[in-house]
Amino acid sequence: MAAINIDGTEDTPKVVLDKDANLLEISGRSLPEDAAEFYQPVLDWLDEYAQSPNGETDFQMKLEYFNTASSKLLLDILTKLEDIDNAKVSWYFNEDDEDMEEAGEEFEELIDVDFELISIED
Amino acid sequence: MNFVYDLYSTMQNEKIILAYEGEFTQEITKSVLAMTERNLDSMGEESSIKKKVFKVMVECLQNIVKHADETERDYSEAVFMVGKQDENYTIISGNFIEQSDVVSLTQKLEQINGLDADGLKTLYKEVIRGGALSDKGGAGLGFIDMARKSGNNLEYEFIDKGEYSFFCLKTRINRS
Repeated sequence: MAAINIDGTEDTPKVVLDKDANLLEISGRSLPEDAAEFYQPVLDWLDEYAQSPNGETDFQMKLEYFNTASSKLLLDILTKLEDIDNAKVSWYFNEDDEDMEEAGEEFEELIDVDFELISIED
Repeated sequence: MNFVYDLYSTMQNEKIILAYEGEFTQEITKSVLAMTERNLDSMGEESSIKKKVFKVMVECLQNIVKHADETERDYSEAVFMVGKQDENYTIISGNFIEQSDVVSLTQKLEQINGLDADGLKTLYKEVIRGGALSDKGGAGLGFIDMARKSGNNLEYEFIDKGEYSFFCLKTRINRS
C-alpha cells in the first residue's frame, strides 16, 4: 500500500506511515486549526493497514506539543490500533516535560493497546 | 495624542509584554505565538514555564478564532495580551459573545474552577472520550486544558455591551 509522508510545519506534525519500511510515526508540533481535516488521511491509511498489517506494529509518537483539538484525533488514531494484532504505542517525551509524560499516561489509560513511555534527554 | 502615552502607561502598569487587537485567524495565532516564543527565549525563561505559557496561549487564541468564525463581522474582533509579573505570566483575552451564551459559559468555567487537579483530569478524559467534535471544530477541551496547564483558576468577567457581552478571560501561570 502507498506510504504517507507529510513534512512538518510550524503548526502541523511530520507524519510517516510506511508499511514496507514498517515505520509509523508522528513527530513535531500539532496545533492545526482543523485537526479533523489534517488527520483524516492518517485514519484512512490505518483502516486500510488494519486489513493486512505487518507482524508487528510499533506506532511512534514523538510529539513536542499538541493542542486539544488534536488530542481527540490522536485518541481516534491510537484507538484504531486496538484492532491490530501485536500493535504497540511508543510514546516519547522530553525528560523534563511532565505535561507530555502525563498526556502519554492518559492515552495509555484510555486505550487498550500495549503502551511504552520513553523518556528522551534534552 | 495623549492616548499614546495613556496606552503606554496602562501597559507598563499592567506589565503587558504583548498586546494584539484586531482580527483573529490561524495565521495571526502563529505569528503571536512565534513572537511570544522569541520574547520568552530572549528573556531566558525556563523551558517548562515557556511551554505552559505557549500551551495556554494556543488554546486561548484558537478559542477566539473558532468563535470569531461564527460571529458577525463587527463583533469578530478581539484583544489578546500577555503580561509578565514578578510571580506569574498572565494570558488575557477579551472578545464579544452572544448574551445568550453568558449563562452556559459561566457554568462551564465555574465547573472547571470547582475542580482540583484530579477532578480536571477526570473531566478531561470524560470529554475526550465523549466522541464527536463540536461543530465549532473544538473538542470542548480548551478551557479544561488551560486550567490544567496553568494550575490556577480561570478568572473571568462579562461586561454588558447591549446586544453583545464582552468576555474577559485571564489565566495565570506561576513562574516558580
